[in-house]
Amino acid sequence: MILGRITGNVVSTIHHPVVEGRKLLLAERLDQQCKPTGAYIIALDGIGAGRGETVLILDEGSGARQILDDASAPVRSIVVGIVDEVDLGAG
Amino acid sequence: MLLGRVIGTVVPAMLVDELSATPLLWVQPLDRQGKPDGEPLVCADGTRMAGPGQVIYWVASREAALSLDPSFVPVDDAIVGLVDDVHNYTKKELD
Repeated sequence: MILGRITGNVVSTIHHPVVEGRKLLLAERLDQQCKPTGAYIIALDGIGAGRGETVLILDEGSGARQILDDASAPVRSIVVGIVDEVDLGAG
Repeated sequence: MLLGRVIGTVVPAMLVDELSATPLLWVQPLDRQGKPDGEPLVCADGTRMAGPGQVIYWVASREAALSLDPSFVPVDDAIVGLVDDVHNYTKKELD
């Protein structure tokens, strides 16, 4: 899983049926200092995450299909958690 | 999934049987501001509705094949949906 921050959303009316009724979130990826890396990812919302939140993104297809309960869903990235705090430790 | 813009249509002269039913489009990957980012790639179009100029989102690997019907096809990138709008929150909206 990777850490990301929700910085936008994607609006789409013509799409694969698995996207129907689900939010497409645009997340920037975070580095080990919790700063944006510059890379982004479009993930389905599996939990109700929103603007500006730091989230846990599952970036693996079979896990995503398990969450969607759809063995044929063409989805790799899905938001599976909202992060309260990341403790960077003393290192 | 990542953003991309369709920059062309690929017309194959010869193709493996498994791919013959699928439209192939040339796609330039985009960053989240809509600027070109990386090398163009050929995507199978699962929506069958994308065309040149259209902003889309696409998936790679096994998920690409799953977006098509039939889904057991040898593709590595496929278009999952057409983009109407990308809303990037402003710094003020994020704080």
